Amino acid sequence: MPAKPGTGIPYCFRLTGSVFKVSWVPRVLASRMYNYLDFEKPVADLEGKIVELKKMSENGGAVDVADEISRLEKRSRDALRDAYKALTPWQKAQVARHPDRPHCVDYIAELMTDYTPLAGDRAFGEDNALLCGFARFRGEPVAVIGQEKGTDTQSRLKHNFGMARPEGYRKAVRIMEMADKFGIPLISLVDTAGAYPGIGAEERGQAEAIARSTSACLGLRVPNISVIIGEGGSGGAIAIATANKVYMLEHSIYSVISPEGAASILWHDSTRARDAATNMKITAQDLLEMKVIDGIIAEPLGGAHRGREAIMQAAGEQIAAGFRELAESTQDYREHRRDKFLAIGRTL
Amino acid sequence: MNWITNYVRPKINSMLGRRDMPDNLWIKDPDSGEMIFHKDLEENQFVVPSSGHHMKIKGKERLRFLFDEGHYETLENPKVAVDPLRFRDEKRYIDRLKENRAKTGMEDTIINATGEIDGLPVAVTVQDFSFMGGSLGMAAGDAIIRGFENAVEKKLPLVLFAASGGARMQEGILSLMQLARTTVAVDRLKEAGLPYIVVLTNPTTGGVTASYAMLGDVHIAEPGALIGFAGPRVIEQTIREKLPEGFQRAEYLMEHGMVDMVVSRLDMKATLGRLLRILMKQPPGTVIDPEALPAAASDEAPTPAHA
Repeated sequence: MPAKPGTGIPYCFRLTGSVFKVSWVPRVLASRMYNYLDFEKPVADLEGKIVELKKMSENGGAVDVADEISRLEKRSRDALRDAYKALTPWQKAQVARHPDRPHCVDYIAELMTDYTPLAGDRAFGEDNALLCGFARFRGEPVAVIGQEKGTDTQSRLKHNFGMARPEGYRKAVRIMEMADKFGIPLISLVDTAGAYPGIGAEERGQAEAIARSTSACLGLRVPNISVIIGEGGSGGAIAIATANKVYMLEHSIYSVISPEGAASILWHDSTRARDAATNMKITAQDLLEMKVIDGIIAEPLGGAHRGREAIMQAAGEQIAAGFRELAESTQDYREHRRDKFLAIGRTL
Repeated sequence: MNWITNYVRPKINSMLGRRDMPDNLWIKDPDSGEMIFHKDLEENQFVVPSSGHHMKIKGKERLRFLFDEGHYETLENPKVAVDPLRFRDEKRYIDRLKENRAKTGMEDTIINATGEIDGLPVAVTVQDFSFMGGSLGMAAGDAIIRGFENAVEKKLPLVLFAASGGARMQEGILSLMQLARTTVAVDRLKEAGLPYIVVLTNPTTGGVTASYAMLGDVHIAEPGALIGFAGPRVIEQTIREKLPEGFQRAEYLMEHGMVDMVVSRLDMKATLGRLLRILMKQPPGTVIDPEALPAAASDEAPTPAHA
């Protein structure tokens, strides 16, 4: 545990699971909030020292600390590289759920213009967990669907932590049908722990809504691309992820059940999530090897949250490349998509 | 619960318990606690005569009661990669598969059959809960796809009896992919203009409801069947509330517009025959008297068709 508050070194406490949150923020960095994962502790310590030294020099300390700072910065970069060199599946799950990781709203804001959100399933309600709308991607009209988890308590509650209810999936179907009608390609951004398990959701047909959404997505006549940007959790994810091209961010995960869920069902012990994450093969690298996805989008050193610009750039390039590839093919988009999914697993 | 369980000390109780009849001869009705002789239960399609409780029924039994004279042909299921993840939890997945194959005599959970219901040729797919809880993995996924493709080829309506706890977690993401793959098969059957009827039986939950089991033209449920996306325990843990009475049961789903009808197993054949003949634009068939069902003990092994 790093030192006490007020000594200049960020004071850490355990937030939830394995995320450290800095409660005391130095003045120079007052606009930022640091979140470190368990395995990033060496980095956290070094960055803490750097912040302390910077503060000292700003306060006009007698000693010249510039050399020391640059030395520490190098060490901290090395520590980061070491930590991210070979992430385990469980560590990747943590990075995929990192509170600072760019979310759906960030990708929409960065990659799209003229974003026009549309609301409601025309039957029951509006669901903020699943964002839907039309926009322009590199000038071209696109439909966009994606789960948004929210970034602070208020927005997390508003977006229900990215766990959609039937209304969300029915709204998605509405947008897909509209995209089809107007011949507009679709981009979906997947980031959800899963569809919401609640009384109301069940009452209003969560399963049926997901099944219809998967079916609508598979049946699109227009090309579609799906990117798993964080967590691809089970049916709630696949409902919008049956695309002509499916990409995953380097440290994102995609699985049939959360590692915690699998641990509690298969091991009867929810603390075995680490084993479940390893055995279930949930990483982008595993999925590419099994030919479940079409490509991996590389993340900057230390994960997408440490280089927002870089990840936006990379995601934008990959989406554009995907649409170009699809445009070159002569195959009907719907048949291409269906045949692609039917082929999954047949060559293993 | 009878008076013995309440008044006899646990140790004595367990000694008494051991002297009970072997459980394969007498079966206990979970509703009333009544003991039913297995032959009586079997003759009544595993529906408890007094309470109407629907017990689980094996896929083969289901088919025998469903088809005219109990005659049907089965399709050979496609071969799939076995245990591609080399998965192990408390046990190796491959060992679980072996155990379940030995226990059930089935390769996996799906049987595809064709035969006649009320004189009308029909493709039927049944999911057998006794094989790893009817869980949906690659083998089941490919078998379901095969069943649908066969129906399209032969221009047959398809009836699917769902029974499953959901996706087979031991196959990881590949089991999740079966949601998409089976949905493709359903959509192609629908595009061919052929009726698709789903019969939801106890239990049908998880990924299975989130794909082919909720995409029917008509949804029929057996009385009391548990049907839902998230399991009741997961919901209870999430919302930390007690669930309402009858939550996620067949009758509740009908009330909430998710199923068209709740039909007793004893009336299933008649209902399916009547409905399919209408949807296939055929003249009315014979009225089936539920009393005159095929005899229970025809042990003839159906011959597989290699179509």
